[in-house]
Amino acid sequence: MLDALTAIFEALPYLLKGALVTSGIVVGAMGLGLVMGVHMAVGQVYGNRAARWFVGLYVWFFRGVPVLVLLFLFYFGLFALIGLNLSAFAASILVLGMTTAAYQSQIFRGAILSLPRGQLQAARALGMSDTKAIISIILPQALRFSIPGWSNEYSIILKDSALAFVLGTSEIMARSHFVASRTYHHLPLYITAGCIYLLLTWLGVRALLKLEAKVRIPGYS
Amino acid sequence: MTKPKKPILRIENICKILGGKEILKSVSLSLFKGELKVLIGPSGAGKSTLLQCINFLIPPDKGRVWLEETEIQSRRKRDLYAFRQQVGMIFQDFNLFDHLNALENVSIALRKVKKMSRQAARDRAVAELERVGLGDKTTLYPAELSGGQKQRVSIARALAMDPKIMLLDEPTSALDPELIGEVLTVIRDLAQGGMTMILATHQIGFTRSLADEVLFMENGSIIEQGSPEDLLSPDACTRSRDFCSRLNELYEAGV
Repeated sequence: MLDALTAIFEALPYLLKGALVTSGIVVGAMGLGLVMGVHMAVGQVYGNRAARWFVGLYVWFFRGVPVLVLLFLFYFGLFALIGLNLSAFAASILVLGMTTAAYQSQIFRGAILSLPRGQLQAARALGMSDTKAIISIILPQALRFSIPGWSNEYSIILKDSALAFVLGTSEIMARSHFVASRTYHHLPLYITAGCIYLLLTWLGVRALLKLEAKVRIPGYS
Repeated sequence: MTKPKKPILRIENICKILGGKEILKSVSLSLFKGELKVLIGPSGAGKSTLLQCINFLIPPDKGRVWLEETEIQSRRKRDLYAFRQQVGMIFQDFNLFDHLNALENVSIALRKVKKMSRQAARDRAVAELERVGLGDKTTLYPAELSGGQKQRVSIARALAMDPKIMLLDEPTSALDPELIGEVLTVIRDLAQGGMTMILATHQIGFTRSLADEVLFMENGSIIEQGSPEDLLSPDACTRSRDFCSRLNELYEAGV
């Protein structure tokens, strides 16, 4: 018992550095997914036939293939093929970001479609271009309504980031595995890893709840 | 009332087919400066579609639109946006921007479309809200306003753009009866202040007292048009008169 506690205590600073790496992957992937997802949702709702077709195909592919396969496919396959020499860390962000973009686009699309159609008409009647109306009227509301779904996606990507381990990224999972196989304290180390993930999920979800309350539109219950 | 020879707005042969149904059958009309034309007619007659075809929110299949001397080329986006700025539109269900308070609802187009400074847009928005009697409600959000107040914000929003004409699509139809008066008062003030307007409405009393001309629409065509006296007086034998007395019976039966 004391052995186990000592092992955890000694490994903790090393694991917490891994938590920083994990956080970096998650923030990067979620940010990339946000930017791509918003554009894809707008393209799918308001775009021409080609845009809708492209987004549909993209979502079909990234939602249909396991993340683990995508990580291998891009890192060892496609990136090497096109001569893109990325670190495992950058590649993890890129692949997880492209994956979450597919899911996020559908969160945003649902939010856009839930807005009353008349507001876009009113914006157009005031002389706004569709682009201006989407930026000033549609997205500020759609993004607000997307926060609960986005928070869900955050917790999923946080846990999927453990897969970056297989590319050799030194995040929480890779570091716990490394220490566990050297010290044979498997159980205590994986419990610690699990606890760090729980803590990160909880903190992120809580922050998003705070954000949701902060940007709530007065008068809406 | 003396009118200048040239109409401020002219539409010619507007046609629209939606879902296989002919909603507008070659509708034409001219609107002169300071005039209030009132569109009446049963639901489904095409009043709303006509108003939305005028500013191309619904693109007409055929037909032409002139503002003053200029024909609107709706395919040229820049021209279309410039035209829409000069045509204020009021919707039946207000269509306020839910995430913006009353002041921001009025000022956003001033800033984003007219490129006014934040302060200038704000000052103008306050002035317009005061004009519709909402000077004390500037910081409230749409969800915190009554229907009548929402519609008055939407009128202020349209007025802030300095429109040459206004299109009002049944502005009181979504309101509780006790809130209709406050919106009609604002529209009356506009009419008396010389604003050029086309109003689709079922408010016959209001039409009688303020309309310069009544257009009666049915099945996608304007089938009668004339002064309110000619069309709506008790001894007129018109389709409009018939329709209005049935509306009146309905309202009286409801009381």
